[in-house]
Amino acid sequence: MKQTPLHASHMKLGAKMGEFAGYDMPLYYDLGVLKEHEWVRDHAGLFDVSHMGQIAIKGKGTQDLLQRLTPSSFEKLSVNRTKYTVLINDQNGIIDDLMVTKAGDDDFHMVINAGCKDKDIAWIKSNLTPDHEFTYFEDWALIALQGPEAEAVMRDVLGIDLSDVPYMGLWFQDYTMFVSRLGYTGEDGFEISVPNDKAEELWTKLLSDGRVKPIGLAARDSLRLEMGYCLYGHDIDATTTPLEADLGWVMRKDAKDSLPTPTRKRVGIVLTDKGVAREGSLVKSKDGKEIGVLTSGGFSPSLKQSIGQTYLPLDYATPETEINVDVRGRLIPAKVQSMPFLKPRTKNAGK
Amino acid sequence: MTVKFTKDHEWVKLDGEGIAVIGITEYAQHALGDLVYIELPKVGASYSKGAHFAVVESVKTAAEVYTPVTGEVVEVNEALETDFDLLKSETDGWIAKFSMTNADELKGLMDEAAYQDYLKTVE
Repeated sequence: MKQTPLHASHMKLGAKMGEFAGYDMPLYYDLGVLKEHEWVRDHAGLFDVSHMGQIAIKGKGTQDLLQRLTPSSFEKLSVNRTKYTVLINDQNGIIDDLMVTKAGDDDFHMVINAGCKDKDIAWIKSNLTPDHEFTYFEDWALIALQGPEAEAVMRDVLGIDLSDVPYMGLWFQDYTMFVSRLGYTGEDGFEISVPNDKAEELWTKLLSDGRVKPIGLAARDSLRLEMGYCLYGHDIDATTTPLEADLGWVMRKDAKDSLPTPTRKRVGIVLTDKGVAREGSLVKSKDGKEIGVLTSGGFSPSLKQSIGQTYLPLDYATPETEINVDVRGRLIPAKVQSMPFLKPRTKNAGK
Repeated sequence: MTVKFTKDHEWVKLDGEGIAVIGITEYAQHALGDLVYIELPKVGASYSKGAHFAVVESVKTAAEVYTPVTGEVVEVNEALETDFDLLKSETDGWIAKFSMTNADELKGLMDEAAYQDYLKTVE
């Protein structure tokens, strides 16, 4: 199994490790999943996300290339700002979801999913022309600091004042550290990119602050699920189009118009009775028809209810529609709910 | 009162004549982590030895609880539904009581010492 540059740190912290996308990753540390989840919502949590891929493309025509590989427009994106989008194939299926940062004209950096790295890079490379320069930052680590105290920790521990950096904005220093104000938790926070040999020092420094606890992939999953964010390979994949996935908001108008009108849509569901429904549970209409399968599901520590995502035919996709979820043969009443399940508290949220 | 153990980390002890009280061990609770839901059986339901009669759900996973004895559920510990910590209690942490049809089924189970040895082999 592959390891991130922080593997030894996780072992030292006594993390429960497990395989994710070919990497031996921390699932949870001594706090346990529930308390780690709550810690991120209340304070600041530190995540090793170095398994994700960091790549860059620059050179003449790069912006046009990205507008072919994704359904998004990058024309109005300011320099040092990031946009969430998806890579799509010729059938409009989603190859991956990713963050794209404009570093300059025809100069873009991307963060892609660990499990999609090989196919993404192959796909992108097959679309390059000699004008493009492609870089895979294999020897760079990525550390996320997420939670309402993240900005204060960055200031007090690293001496970096990020108060003026907007959501999806970038701060960097001497090309040795890139800090983006974004994340996968719905909280204010940052993803920090540093060379591998600087990762452990940064990790240890941030953890030395009492407001910071290490957080594993299990809580990362429950945090993102509460926000209705997609997990690639589960909630979206090559068989789902961005419109079906309810990601029309990342699309240009022409890209949207070129897609067939979807007959199903990704929606949130919440169990209205006790129980926990997980990925793979069948979703049934009140009259017993199988109408979907949970693509994600689990207990929401913030809501104290079981929540999930599924694709439902449009007739059933309206919020408040009553449905059942089959959990080991027991039908548990549930309803469709608009996502996010919880109000995001990212910088400038609601403004 | 002797307690017996299964390889699936249930404990079972006798409570009066032909009544088996079943719970899950500390090891199982620790492995599951933070509990969020317990699906209890219904009084009157019958189960064969090895069948799952309850489900303990943690944030991480769902674990089925198997009965080491064949019988009918005569009592369930409803207090668990609102207080998962109760599972840790030696006296009040039971999940269900079964009226056994064949007490000999207990013979194949581990005693405390054998279970402790077994734990050493499972990580």
